[in-house]
Amino acid sequence: MIRMRTIEISVGAFMLAGIIALIFIAVRVSGVNLSQATGTYTLTARFHDVAGLRVRSKVSMAGVAIGRVAKIDVDSEYGEAIVTFEISDKVANLSADCGAQIQTEGILGGRYVSISQGADEKLLKDGDRIRNTQDAVVLENLIGEFLTRQGGGSNSDKGGS
Amino acid sequence: MLRLLRLLGQEALTRLGTLGRSAYVLFWTLYSLPRRGDLELLGKQLYQVGVLSLAIIVLSAFSIGAVLALQGYTQLAKIGAEQSVGLGVALVLLRELGPVVTGLLFAGRAGSAMTAEIGLMKTTDQLAGMEMMGVDPLHRVVAPRLWAGIVCLPVLTLIFNAVAIWAAGLVGVDWLGIDPGGFWSGMTDGVEMWEDVGKGMVKSGVFAFLISWIAVFEGYDALPTAEGIGNATTRTVVYSSVVVLAVDFVLTLVMYGEFK
Repeated sequence: MIRMRTIEISVGAFMLAGIIALIFIAVRVSGVNLSQATGTYTLTARFHDVAGLRVRSKVSMAGVAIGRVAKIDVDSEYGEAIVTFEISDKVANLSADCGAQIQTEGILGGRYVSISQGADEKLLKDGDRIRNTQDAVVLENLIGEFLTRQGGGSNSDKGGS
Repeated sequence: MLRLLRLLGQEALTRLGTLGRSAYVLFWTLYSLPRRGDLELLGKQLYQVGVLSLAIIVLSAFSIGAVLALQGYTQLAKIGAEQSVGLGVALVLLRELGPVVTGLLFAGRAGSAMTAEIGLMKTTDQLAGMEMMGVDPLHRVVAPRLWAGIVCLPVLTLIFNAVAIWAAGLVGVDWLGIDPGGFWSGMTDGVEMWEDVGKGMVKSGVFAFLISWIAVFEGYDALPTAEGIGNATTRTVVYSSVVVLAVDFVLTLVMYGEFK
């Protein structure tokens, strides 16, 4: 029966190795934070252009992640995008006049939403809307504008001479 | 012309017959209720299939993780993005390479052994003997192997992923000198528990089921000759590998595809 005992022990060790691997992957690799199970509340905001923003993009304040983009809808009547955020309960004191701005990580990085705190005494509650929004800077548009200005300048020079 | 048609028909009927028999084996294997002493049989198979596969899985995982880090580093360092090595390696492993490579290794290491073992039992009339004694060979021989395969492959995949990512960290951070902060927290930021780890494990579970099914059925259905066992073992490895790769594509399409 010693043989059976070794088998049982090694199978147990094997399963334990699997569990340890799962914990390693969950905590170290995917960053599951057990204490973060405090829950979230949702806020919405309207933007004219959210190009590049995706569901699960980061929402941050002063560079610290405080939530995620939960949903992106389009309001075809006004031609605007309605973005729904999930904000961690830890950041429950967003003032009513806080601002949301779409920004880019580096030049080629992904888009994220940066929230800047306001000064109003009133606080945003679950389901409220952030009114003060600023769209993404679209690099292509900037380049296009720059090029047409350059071109326009030289044209007017020609016209002048 | 008519002969050709007949050949085609024969071929189709043989294939269908095989498929039917395999479904029959699967159904009665899964249907057979557990009895006393089954845990002991299962334990033995878990040892054979899981514990003894551990060495090859860990070694391969280490090499693959190290190579991924090395290749990723040399390419990404050209554009100054070597910080993304960690994230890239983790996503590649968790989503694709972990389940697929573990599945292929498992088919070669454990699947072939299952087929050969069951095939030899059949050839030496052990299965027939069991039936004479009123012991259902599907219950006694096939079921423990099937379940052991289904349980072991996902566990092996987890171990594979963990070892490979650890090896990538070893090569990337400790040897090539990638900033550990960027390496590990880039990984933590980009990897999602369900989206990446969970779906990878779903793949692994499906592969486990398919490989074990193919392995036990090919053994059970093998021609009772030396050559028959050889062919069955070959078929197990070939079919399992092809099925893993093809099903991987389908699963990726269904789970990660843009259209839903």
